[in-house]
This record gives sequence, structure tokens and C-alpha cells, in this order.
Amino acid sequence: MSVMTDDRDPQSNLVESSMIRTVYETVKPFIRLASLTAIALAFLYVIWGLYLAGEPIFAVVAFAIGISIVILFGWARFYTWRFVFPGVAAIAVFIVLPVLYTSGIGFTNYSASNILPFERVQQIHLDKMVKAPDSGRPFALTSDSSLFFPADSGRPALITAPIGEAVDGRLVAMVHQGGTPETLSVKAVLQNRAALQQISIDLPEGGALTMDGLREFASSAPFYTLEEEDVLVGADGTKLVPNHEKGFYQDDAGELVTPGWPVGVGWANFTKVLFADGIRQPMLEIFIWTCAFAFLSMIFTSGLGTALAVVLEWEHLAHKGIYKLFLILPYAVPAFISILVFRGLFNQNFGEINLILGGLFGLEPDWFTNPTLTRSMLLLVNTWLGFPYWMLISAGFLQSVPRDHFKAAALENSGPVRNFFAITLPQIMPPMVPLLIANFAFNFNNIVLVLLLTRGGPDIPGTIIPAGSTDLLGSFTFRIAFQNSGQDFGLAGAISTLIFIITGIIAFVNYRAMQKLAAKRSARS
Amino acid sequence: MMVENKRSLFWRKVAAHTFLICFIALILFPFLMVLSISFREGNFSTGSIFPERPTLEHWALALGFEYTRADGTVILPPYPVLLWLWNSVKISIIASVGILVLSTTSAFAFARMQFKGRVGLLDTLLIVQMFPAALTVIAAYAIFDALGRVVPWLGIDSHPALILSYLSAITLHIWTIKGYFDSVDPALDKAAMIDGATPWQAFRFIFLPLSVPILAVVFVLSFIFLINEYPVASVLLRNTDQMTLAVGARQYLYEQKYLWGDFAAAAVLSGLPITIIFLFAQRFLVSDLGDGAVKG
Repeated sequence: MSVMTDDRDPQSNLVESSMIRTVYETVKPFIRLASLTAIALAFLYVIWGLYLAGEPIFAVVAFAIGISIVILFGWARFYTWRFVFPGVAAIAVFIVLPVLYTSGIGFTNYSASNILPFERVQQIHLDKMVKAPDSGRPFALTSDSSLFFPADSGRPALITAPIGEAVDGRLVAMVHQGGTPETLSVKAVLQNRAALQQISIDLPEGGALTMDGLREFASSAPFYTLEEEDVLVGADGTKLVPNHEKGFYQDDAGELVTPGWPVGVGWANFTKVLFADGIRQPMLEIFIWTCAFAFLSMIFTSGLGTALAVVLEWEHLAHKGIYKLFLILPYAVPAFISILVFRGLFNQNFGEINLILGGLFGLEPDWFTNPTLTRSMLLLVNTWLGFPYWMLISAGFLQSVPRDHFKAAALENSGPVRNFFAITLPQIMPPMVPLLIANFAFNFNNIVLVLLLTRGGPDIPGTIIPAGSTDLLGSFTFRIAFQNSGQDFGLAGAISTLIFIITGIIAFVNYRAMQKLAAKRSARS
Repeated sequence: MMVENKRSLFWRKVAAHTFLICFIALILFPFLMVLSISFREGNFSTGSIFPERPTLEHWALALGFEYTRADGTVILPPYPVLLWLWNSVKISIIASVGILVLSTTSAFAFARMQFKGRVGLLDTLLIVQMFPAALTVIAAYAIFDALGRVVPWLGIDSHPALILSYLSAITLHIWTIKGYFDSVDPALDKAAMIDGATPWQAFRFIFLPLSVPILAVVFVLSFIFLINEYPVASVLLRNTDQMTLAVGARQYLYEQKYLWGDFAAAAVLSGLPITIIFLFAQRFLVSDLGDGAVKG
């Protein structure tokens, strides 16, 4: 608290610059008005751009931020909120909005096949080109690598400049008078295929030809034409009708044509997760494993950490500092590196752990294919990663256990184990409860460990979606969304929503536990 | 202090030291293995802890140099490790600064100002803080995919997009900084107010200079947290040259392309600086974990 010794005393600054300050105070309202107007205009421009680009949600978010800034900084009565605003706005935009957005996606069919907006999908169909009928013309490559089209069915022979002289991939064809030039074999065409495929030939009568197979150039035309009500009619008379409930174009037989666009599907993803065979069973198994993993991780890491802290707190122990430094290492090394190191060390075929186990005991456990062993490995690695945190936490709490209690216990001839359970644990437990719950929630969603160590595997047999026996709910969702071929964001969004609800419940329980603790403390003091 | 039998005390000391030494040996085993593997020939393990024919090949590759083996074959570095490290550091620093800027004024308001909904907002922060950012990654993907169509430099595979999504880590830090502001003597800002200082001046000239240490701690904590972040980065960054270390490091250990030795050198090289920063910051972290979490 050494503000008085600070030589840049704000008060003296105020006096020195009083002249400038008076001028500043007079123009200040105008500066404020001008900058607010500028900010408002800038936001309007951005909002308009987002709206035009077909992103109404972003436009609304930008509008909300813009209007908050103008209101908060325009009216003096919102002075306090100017301080609160940056943090609260960031939380709204970067946490609350994504959570709601994810849940929203759970009600759509947003996925790898339904990712583009309807207009883009329509454009993709309209961009499909087919060879225009009777436009094909055989060609040959001449010895100076020009393209030569012999006269055929009444059309005059054409010749172009050498293909090396194409400008922007275009060559102009001119009517060729006189005899057939010296041409090369198909082999030359093969050698130049890549270049030829890039070239488009402008015809003298208009239109253009592109390469169509090794022997012909032909002009292409769009296959579909756009009719009323977004119906696409093909060149062969077939019709594609948009189905806005399914988010796909449908052909005459009712088959869906990819790609589609995202549409709302109501509760379909949720019913799929909760009731569909082949999804419900693995989901249940994964849910149970997730809870077990979070619970056991919490027990193992906190137990080991506390035990080590108790040993390290022992007054007769020398070299505590060195021990602590080494014991903290697993926490200090970036987790993604440690996890990948374990992935390598546990490797079944050339991992060092099996090498040693094999050498000593003749054992070579299949760490990555046997579900029970994989789960044990996951817990082992997580305990290794997590105990230092608890060692540090417990060490802090152990400081607050009064020494007199141990003296009293010593008079009763109580041993260290009994001391721990009768004196230490009851005293450090209450403040640890909220941290234990938070730790449970952390491990419940500890998807980094799973994604980097086992990637969920080994797979549970007989499921519709690939589900692994070490998958946590979170990593399962992550893999549905980003790693398996389907990229089913809709389904992943639905499961995420369920996880949000579970996490919300844990967070609330934790919050109540903290409140209880705080109440107890204030009652005591 | 306690009355203890000298002889039994001696044996208990021996037991404690033996236990700790064995335990530490177990803890250090992976680190020592990786260090040894980084000097070992080839990418597959060949036994002994001390490499029989040590080689600098993996280290040269990790540092981005070509390596010429004895038989004349030239090996090119498989991945740009130093570029990844730089990406990680750059992104984490910028995002941490952003987090500090966004959280400090809010923390001040929560600590010193009275306004409607203050308690409710603080409690909401505590609950929201437990939501896993990793699971909003689907939304992050959808949002930045769509934004990228309007503003290309904010799309998938851009660093600004990742930095923006990292700003979600502010909740915990608002609490930490608020806890520190709470401990500032109220007489200080009251005196300033009596002299006519506005709350902004109290914040700017009293609280900010006083809180430099806690801001440094928050900066380091969020820096370390972001350097370690994997799920969001792995979804938003696709191009090898854009990756952060956490995303890139995973590329080494695919079944089809298993570069164990190269990985070991890259891991030691990139893990060491981060570990040192962490050990340096660790004592602040502990006090923060201890009080911040139970302040209700």
C-alpha cells in the first residue's frame, strides 16, 4: 500500500495541467458526442454488412453490443455499468452465446452434408455442367503444339495458337484454310493432359469448348434451369423439388440429392440420443464410464495428493523443497506433452513400458485394445497428471490445522494414521468439498486427456455411431462433430446440450456447497 | 514438541525418505525416458535407458535443420516445431492481454461499486465458469465458419478467430482480480473520492498501480492455460503452418506415421520453457487456487 510514495502524484498533475483541463472540459461534451456518433455509425455499417451477407444472428449480436456502448457511454446515469460492461459483454458473447448456439444446433440437421445455406446449395446444382448435345469436336495436337480441329459435319476446320500462348487459360480458334497440318499421336495429348484440361477455346461463332475426354473438345451447358418456386428442371426433363423440411432437393423418385442445407428438425436429435437403438446403449455405457472416471480420478488424485502433502508437512523431514519441486513436475509440464509421452510409452508394440514389463515379468499388456486395461491406463495417467494440484491444495489447508490438537493426541499415544483420520481429515475436508466438486466437473469434461491418449478407443462393438469404451460424453460428442466421417453437428449439439444440463447441475451443487462454507465461516468469525 | 522415541523416529525418517525417493523415481521415469529417446537413433525404441549410439538427429530436426546421416541420406524436418511454439506463444500472449483488459474494469466494479444485480452476476460468473469451453467448440466452428464467409480473416484457420474464442476464459480471472481489489484498504479510495476523484480516476491512479503484481499473475496463469488448450485450437486450426504446439504435437504419433524419436526431441524442446515459466509462477498459482476458490 505505497501509493503515497509514488512520485507521480495524481493531485499535482491536476494542478499543473489546470489550464489545458479547462479547455478540455469545455470541448469534452462535443468530443464525447462526436465519438459516440462515429461508433454508432461504424456499428451500423457492420450490422448492415452482416445483414446483407445473410447472417442475421451476427447482425443482432453486433446491434446489441453497439446499442449497449452508445447507451452506457451516452448517459451519465449508467456510469457504473461502463465498468461492468466489458467483462459481462465478453461473457455473453464468448460463453453464453456459444452455449445457446450449440443447443440451437441440436435442433437442426447441421452436418457435413447440410452445411451451406439454401442459396449456395441451389447454386451448386445450377453450376452442374453437361456436354451440350452435338457440340463435340475431335481434335489433334499439331507438331507446334497448336490445337487442330478437322472439318466435320459441315463445320469448318479450326486451328489455335500454340497452347503455351494461352492467356488466362483461353485460346482463340480461327478457321483453318488449306491442308491438314502435321499432327502428333494421342501420346502427346496424354503428356499435355493437365495443361489441356485448363484451356478453354473461344469459337469464331461464339461459345467456348473445353476438353471432353482424350479425343474431343465440347462446349458445356448448365444441366439444370431454375423454374418457379425454386424447382430445378434438368436437361433431360427430370425435376428437383426443394424439401424444406428435410433440407434437401428431392428428385422425381423422392430420393434426396446431396448437398443439402441446414433446417430445423425439432426434437429429432434428442429422441435419437435417448431412444434410438445402437445409440442409446453406448450413450448409457459412456455416461456411466464418464461418471466413474470423474469420481475415481477425484478420489485417486485428491487421496494421493493429500497423502504426499501430509508426509511433506512432517516436521522431521529434511529437504522438503527438493522433494516438492520434483513432485510438482507432472503439473508443471504442459499436459498435452505429458499425455502424448504416455501415449508413446504405453504403445503396445514398441512402447518402453511394455519393453520393461516384458523384460522383467514376460508381460505385454494390450493397453490400447483391452477396454479394462485402457480404462486403467487412463486413470493411471490422470492420477499422475492430477495429484500435484491436490498436494498443493492440501498443503495449504494443512497449515490451518492447529498444532495443539496433535500434542493432545500424542498424550493419548495416537499414531500418525489415527491422527490423520481423527484430526487432520475432519478439519481439511470442509474447505475441500467445493474444490472436489469442481474437480469432478473438470474430469467429467476432461476431453483433452481422452482425445490425446486413447482417442476414445477401443470401439464398443455394435453401435451405429463409432463409440469408444474410454470415451467421455464430451469426447464422444467431439468425435461425432469433428472426427468421424459424418460430422453430425446436429446430433453433437443435442448431446452437448445434455452435457450442459449435467454440468449446470454440478455447478449449482458446487455453488451451494461454497455458500454453505462461507456461511459457516462468517458464523465462526 | 511431540515426545517421540528417537529410534522409532529414525526409522520413520528412513521410511519417509525411501518412499519419497521411490515415488519421485516413478514420477520422473517418463521424463527421463523421453530425454533418452530424443538422443536415440531412429523412431522405434531399442532398449536401454542410456542410448548406446547417441545422435543429435531428432534435435536437429526439431530445431528445423536438415540432418545428414552418416550414410549421406538427408532428412528434412517433419514439422515446423519452432513455428508452432511461436504461434502458441503469440496467440496466448495476445489472448491473455485481451483477457486482462476485459476483466480488470469489471473486477473493479464488482469489488467497489454498488449496482443492481451485482451479487446475482457474481454468482452467475461462478456457475458459468464451470461450463467446458471445449464443448462450445461446435458453436465456435459454426460461428467462425459463417463469419469467415463475411470477414475472411476471422474465419476457420485464422489466429484472430482462435484468440477471440479464447477470450471466454475471463470468468475465473474476474474473480481472482476482484479478490485482490477486495483486499485493498478502502481508506485509500475513500480519501481519493473526498479529494474529488471520480471512480475512473480511483481505478486508474490507485487500483491499477497497486494491482500490477496480481495482473502479472493472472497474465501468467491465463498464458499457461491457453498454451495447453487443445480442443478449440484443433478445430479452428487446420493448416500445418497455422497450428499451435498443442495441436501440432499430436501429428507425430499417428499409427501410419509414428515419429517417436522426433516427437521426444520436440517435446523436450518446447516443453522446457513452458515448464520453467510454470515453476516460476507456481507459488502464486497455489495461493490463488486456495483462496480464490473458497471466497463466497
